Order: sequence, then C-alpha cells, then structure tokens
Amino acid sequence: MIKFLTQIGLYFLLLKKVFSKPEKASIYYRQTMREFVYLGLNSIGIIAIISFFMGAVITLQTAYNTENPIYPAYLIGLGCRDSIILEFSSTVAALILAGKVGSNIASEIGTMRVTEQIDALEIMGVNSASYLILPKLVATLLFNPILTLIGIIVGIFGGWIAGTLTGVITSENFIYGIQYAFIPYYITYSIIKTLFFAFIITSVSAFQGYYVDGGSLEVGRASTKAVVFSSILILLFNVILTQLLLS
Amino acid sequence: MISVKNLNKSFNGNSVLNDISVTFETGKTNLIIGRSGSGKTVLLKSIVGLHEVESGEIWFENTLFNKLDFLDKKKIRSEMGMLFQGSALFDSLTVEQNVRFPLDMFTDKSPEEKNERVNFCLNRVNIINANNLFPSELSGGMKKRVAIARAISLNPKYLFCDEPNSGLDPITAILIDELIKELTEEYAMTTIVNTHDMNSVMEIGEKIIFISDGVKYWEGNKNEILNSDCETLNDFVFANALAKKLRSTDK
Repeated sequence: MIKFLTQIGLYFLLLKKVFSKPEKASIYYRQTMREFVYLGLNSIGIIAIISFFMGAVITLQTAYNTENPIYPAYLIGLGCRDSIILEFSSTVAALILAGKVGSNIASEIGTMRVTEQIDALEIMGVNSASYLILPKLVATLLFNPILTLIGIIVGIFGGWIAGTLTGVITSENFIYGIQYAFIPYYITYSIIKTLFFAFIITSVSAFQGYYVDGGSLEVGRASTKAVVFSSILILLFNVILTQLLLS
Repeated sequence: MISVKNLNKSFNGNSVLNDISVTFETGKTNLIIGRSGSGKTVLLKSIVGLHEVESGEIWFENTLFNKLDFLDKKKIRSEMGMLFQGSALFDSLTVEQNVRFPLDMFTDKSPEEKNERVNFCLNRVNIINANNLFPSELSGGMKKRVAIARAISLNPKYLFCDEPNSGLDPITAILIDELIKELTEEYAMTTIVNTHDMNSVMEIGEKIIFISDGVKYWEGNKNEILNSDCETLNDFVFANALAKKLRSTDK
C-alpha cells in the first residue's frame, strides 16, 4: 500500500515538474512538432486499418443478429454508427494507442534514463521532465481527437463497404441508418473521452519511463507496465466518464 | 574551486560515501580514483547535484551548492559541462544538433554565431565532416569527443568527466586524456575526472584523491602516488602484473 501511495505521489510530483514554465518556447514548439509526427501522424495508419475492419465486423455482426423482419434494415447502419462513435473510436482506439504510443513513450524516455541522457539534460540546467513530456502531452492532446474523427469516418466507411459487398444491407438503407436519429453530442462525448485517454496514455507511460532504474531489462518492464496501467485506467475512466457524460 | 566538506551519502541504508572532504583546484585536472564500486561516480554525481546528499557541504567558489533551490542551481549548472561514461549524446539529434543544443537552450545568439561556435568546438576536439551523423554512426572515441564538444560549448567553468576513457583503446584513451588536460588549461576550468585507469592517472593527474568503500584514503599528485605508504592505495596502483614487476625491480 505504501509503495502504491509513493508511486501516486511521484506521479503527481512529476506532473508538477512537467507543467512548470518551459525554458525556451521555440525549442518546445520544435519538439511538439516532432511529436505530432511520431505520436500522431504515424498512428493514422494503424487507426485507419483497425477502424475499417472493426466497422466491417460490427456491421456484419449486427446484420446477423437482427435478421428478424421486425427490425428495419437501416438499424444495421445505425448500430454501426453508434458503436463506432460511442465506444470504438475513443475507447478501443485508446487501448490500441496505449499499446503503440504508450510503449513507445515509456521505452524512449526509459532508454534516455538508463543511458544518462536525462542526467545530461539536468546537468545543463534543463527541466528534463518538462522538456521530454510536455511536448508529447500537447501533441497527443491535440492530435488524438483528430485520430478519433478519422476512426469514426473510416469505421463507418468500413461498415458500409462490408455491408454492401456481402449484401446484408443495401447502400441506401445503410446511409439512411447512419443519418437516422443522429445525436451530435455523441461526437463531443467521444472527443472528451479521447482527451482524457490521451492524457492517461502519455502521462502514465512517461512516468513509467522517467523513473526506470537499471538497464534494458527494466526499460522493457517499464514499457509493459505503461501499457497495462494505461489500459486499466482507460477502462476505469471509460466507466466514470460514461456515467458523468451520458447519464 | 570546488570544495566538498564532510559529505555522506547512502542508498537504502547502505553507506556509499563516508565523511568525504576534499578541495578541487581551479585550472587543474583533479582525479578521483578507486576501484569499481568504490563510490567515485556517486561522489561525482553528488557534486553536480544529480544525487541528493544526506549531510555535508558542496561549495562552488563561495556558493553552498547543495542547499540551493532548482532555479539557483540552474545558474551554476549553466557553468558546468559534463562528460558521461556512456557519452549520453541525444540519440535523436545529429552531432551538430547535440553540440548546438545548449546554445539553443540557453543563449540568444544568432544562427550564424551558433554555427560558428559549434564548428569551433567540433574542430577543437578534432571532429571533422561528421556534423550530420547520428550518435549511432560514431565510434566510441568519436562519441566521447562530441560529448566533450557539447560540454565545452557554453565555455564552462567546471568540467566533470565520468570514466572518460572507459571502453576505449589505449591510444584513443590517451588522446581523450590529453584533450581534457589541454582544455582545462586553455579555459582555466576546474576539472574533475573519475577514473580507475592508471595511464590516465600518470598522464593528467595534477591532483588525485583515492577512495575505497566510500572513504577517502589518500590525496596527492602523480609524482607522489608511486611512493605512498597507503597500503590500500598501493594495492590499487600496483594491481597489474607489469606494475608489480616494475615495483619489485625498483626495490
């Protein structure tokens, strides 16, 4: 229990260091642009591919579970849209990003720790926590909502392709379904969740990497811990945010 | 000048530094020698503030460094350069960007002035035509020299070197030692070097302290080290076969 509380304390102390005044804005700006590419642009591919197939699977599963003529066909499109917007584009995508981006952040910062690069920054008088973590936080907080929107669009497109190619739904019915009873707030809800999840993924993974002590084995362990803890927190906050935002 | 007074440091209750007191002189290459695990690196990292000490004082000229807050420490740290055991170059930056990093971070020089300074520092350590290479493309000796160039880019008053020639061949090791000595004299820096390499001791040891198990056993210079009465020091200095043979021949 004491160890757990110590870790929580260290996490908040790290956040305090992260949000202290940057040394030189121009350098932080450059770093943030770099992180946009590494953490944001480089994640578009995986999000697009997974969203496409998830949209396809959701459409096919909804179709096979609503074969009863009582249900109108356009429900398949509606089901695909709401599943993608409410849960997949934010939560499932965040779990995938926890694996990709989270392990990347933990191993990058962890390697810098064990190879004394963080000590080198400290010796120069640079606030290493802020320099290394703040640009990543800014980049993921700004870019992950874009990934969410891409996930929504590609996911629904995947559903449409799968539905029409397999013949489980006509194109007209699917398009009618995705427009039927649309609640724009669901998009806001999804983006709010994405912002929380982006913060969790980046800060928890950076924390695991920043306090690595040892060698390459410990960097690997930190990377695993980053993914596990981020995923658990994402699922926990998913429940809390859903209750707060949709009740 | 850097003074350390009654320094104590422990990890999880195990004492690593025990009542260390020493003065490191300006314009000289000061060496901390001792076996692996004797506490050399902990002492060096405590001096630069990377480790918090339990008790004792660390003075940089007339400033009690270890009692300063983060912002005040930053002012003194801007006068420090450090060469780490593994060089600690930033992997994602090129050679030029590594050396330029402190200039970008802490000066308002124009890009031309920064370029001039970067090239001067790289030339000074004999790194030519490698500006655009990444650290992974450099040899061990080149990495050390680039790390020295980065350390001197802001004209530091204090230079700290942790095992500067570990993992290097004897010739490159001598080149690095000579470079450190030359730079120390050129810029009148207070240089502290951690080493267990006796070649370095005999090459550049203007002031030497010997520590073992976290205790300072001996202090002197390279001329005095071979004639010491300190048994623990002699065990260290004459550890290798050649040194033992030379000593028995002398006797």
